[in-house]
Amino acid sequence: MLEIKNLHAEVDGNKILRGIDLVVRPGEIHAIMGPNGSGKSTLSYVLAGKDDYEITEGTITYNGVDWSEMSAHERAAAGMFLAFQYPIEIPGVATMTFLKTALNAQRKARGEDEISTPDFMKLVREKSKALNVTPEMLRRPLNVGFSGGEKKRAEILQMSLLEPTLCVLDETDSGLDIDALRVVSEGVNQLRSPDRSMIVITHYQRLLDHIVPDVVHVLSKGKIVKTGGKELALELEKNGYAEYVDEEAA
Amino acid sequence: MNAPAKIQETKAEQSLDAQFNALIAEKTQTNANQRKQAWDAFKAKGIPHRRVEEWHYTDLRTKMRDAFALAPTCVPKADVLQGAGGLESYRIAIVNGRFAPELSSNQELDGLTVTATDGVVSSELASKDAMISLNQALVQGGISIEVAANAKIEKPIEIVRYTDGADVSSYASTCVEIGAGANVLFIESFEGENGADYQSNAFTEIKVGDEADVHWLKLQVESQKAQHIETLGIELGAKVNFQHFIYNEGSSLSRAQLFVELKGEGTHAGLRGISLLQDQQHADITLYVNHAVPECESREYYRTVVDDKARAVFQGKIIVEPAAQKTDGQMMIKSLLLSDAAEINAKPELEIFADDVQCAHGSTTGDIDEDLLFYLTARGIPEAQARKILILAFLSEAVEEFEEERCVELLEAMTRKWLHADEMVSE
Repeated sequence: MLEIKNLHAEVDGNKILRGIDLVVRPGEIHAIMGPNGSGKSTLSYVLAGKDDYEITEGTITYNGVDWSEMSAHERAAAGMFLAFQYPIEIPGVATMTFLKTALNAQRKARGEDEISTPDFMKLVREKSKALNVTPEMLRRPLNVGFSGGEKKRAEILQMSLLEPTLCVLDETDSGLDIDALRVVSEGVNQLRSPDRSMIVITHYQRLLDHIVPDVVHVLSKGKIVKTGGKELALELEKNGYAEYVDEEAA
Repeated sequence: MNAPAKIQETKAEQSLDAQFNALIAEKTQTNANQRKQAWDAFKAKGIPHRRVEEWHYTDLRTKMRDAFALAPTCVPKADVLQGAGGLESYRIAIVNGRFAPELSSNQELDGLTVTATDGVVSSELASKDAMISLNQALVQGGISIEVAANAKIEKPIEIVRYTDGADVSSYASTCVEIGAGANVLFIESFEGENGADYQSNAFTEIKVGDEADVHWLKLQVESQKAQHIETLGIELGAKVNFQHFIYNEGSSLSRAQLFVELKGEGTHAGLRGISLLQDQQHADITLYVNHAVPECESREYYRTVVDDKARAVFQGKIIVEPAAQKTDGQMMIKSLLLSDAAEINAKPELEIFADDVQCAHGSTTGDIDEDLLFYLTARGIPEAQARKILILAFLSEAVEEFEEERCVELLEAMTRKWLHADEMVSE
C-alpha cells in the first residue's frame, strides 16, 4: 500500500507539490488529472526518486517502508515502476541487454537468482508479442528511432517484464493515436491484479475509457483539490479544469 | 640588450647528446650520414615545448625529465606479449625497436613480405617534427611490410611492439606498402612490462595503393608509467578505403601524431579512436589531414573518457587544397569528463582553399547525462552500474563505426575491463 502524507516537494528551489495526501491500496487504480503545470509529472518523479526532486515536508511510505531516503534503483527493486511520458533514447545500449540487466539487478536486490538467458529470451518473446513489439525493435538500441507509439509500447513491455507492484503511468496517452492507445491500454489492463496498484496520470479523459480507474483525483497547483469516482473524469472532460484553477487563484 | 637567451639544454637533451655520440662512434653504424642529418634537424629544435604551436598542450620538454638509455637487444618470453588478445593472426613482433623473428609467425603468408631493416628511412616527414628527427637519429631497427597487389589477407596481421625493461628507451621505424586492390586488417599493439617506466618512439609510414581496403587498429596499452610517442605518415591512393582506430589506454604521457595525405580521388579515410584516461595520464592525439585531390571523404571522430586528474589533448587540422573540390570532411570530438579535475583541450581546425566542399567540425564535452542515468536507475540498475553502462555506450558508438567485426569484440572486452565492468552486462 502506498501512503503519501502532506507531501511537499521542490525542484531547483521552486515549490511544486504543496501538501499531497493520497492512499493507494493494492489492486486499485487511481487516476490523477489536472491542468498543465499542476505538478502531475513532478509527483511521478518524486515517487520514482529522481535526484533533483527534493521532498521538503511530508512522507512517502510503501508497504510500511519510508521511501524518503531510498534511491531510485532501490525503489524499483521494492516494486516501483515509472512509465515515462517521454521515454529516453539511449544510443549504444542494446534493448535486450538493458532489459536483462534491469531485471537481474532487481532480482539481485531482492536476493533472488539471476534469470538464465534462455528463460529470459522466452519471457521477452511472450511478453513482446502481446504488445506488438517486434524482434526488430528489440535489436535496436534502447528507444532509438522508435516512434512515439513504439516508445510507449516498449515502456509497457518493460513494465510487464519487471512485474512491479506500484505502477505510475505518466501521460502514457500523449502522442498516441487511437489504435496505439488501445494496444497500450490492453497491455496495461492485462497487468491489473489484486496485488498491483496503479497511478495513471493524464490530462485527458480518453485514456480512462480504456483503463478504468477506481478513483479519480484532480491535482491543481500542487494539491489534490477534488477526489471522486470515474464519473469525475467525464465531468472534467465536459467542463474543463477552469473551475479548479480559478478556485485556487481566488 | 635584447639578444634572445639561448635555451639551456635539459637533462634529457644532454642524455640524448651522449647517446647519439656513442652511437655514431660505433664504426659499424649504418646510414651514419642520414642519422647525422636527422640529429642536426632534432638539435635545431630540441625537445618540443609549449611555445611550439603543435606541441602547445603537450610540453614534452618539461614532462620528459630524462632520456633513458637505448634499450638492448633481447628476447622476452613469448607469453608476455598480449597483442590482439588471442585472436588468430599472423604475428610480427618487435622488441626494443628490433624485429624479433623468434616471437613472430614463421610460416609464409601469401601476399605478405616482411623484411628487417636498420630503421633509417628516407622520408619527407623526418625533418618536419623534432620527435621524428630524433627517431631517425637513434632508430634501433625497423621492418618493411609489403602487401602484394590484390592480396586478400584473411588473417589479421598483428604487429606487437614490446619494450622490455625499465629505464630504457626504444626507437623503431616501419614502412608499410599496401598494393592496389589489397584487403587487409592490421592490429598493432604497443606494450611493455607492467608498471615499468620507459620511453617508446615509433615512426611508421603507410602507403596505400589504389582501391585497397585497409583497416588498422592501434592498441596503445603501454605501461601506465611509460612515455609513448608515435608518428604515422599515411599516403592514400585513389578509391581507397582506409580506416584507422586508436585505442588509447596506457602511458603516463602519450602522443599520437597522424599525417594523412589523400592523394587519389574517390578515397575515404576514417580516423577514429577512443581514449580512456585516469590518474594523471596525459594523452595527445594530433592530426593533419590533407585533401589534395577532389572527391575524397574524411571522418575524424574521437571519443574520450577522462577521470581523476587526467588530461586529453586533441588537435585536428583538415586542409583542403584548392584542387580538392567536392571534399567531404567531418571532424567530431566528444568527451566525457568524470571528475572536476579532469581536462580536455580540443582544437579542431579547418583550412579550406577550395570553394565547393562540405566540411564541418565540432566538439562536445560534458558529464554523464542525468536524465539517461535516471532512466536506468528508475529501472532498478544501481547508479554505479548505470554510469558504467552509459560510458560503455558512449564508447561503443565509436567502436561500431570502425566497422571491423573482428575488432569490435576485442575492443569492447578491453573497454569493459578498463571500467571494471566485466560481470556487468550479458548480451
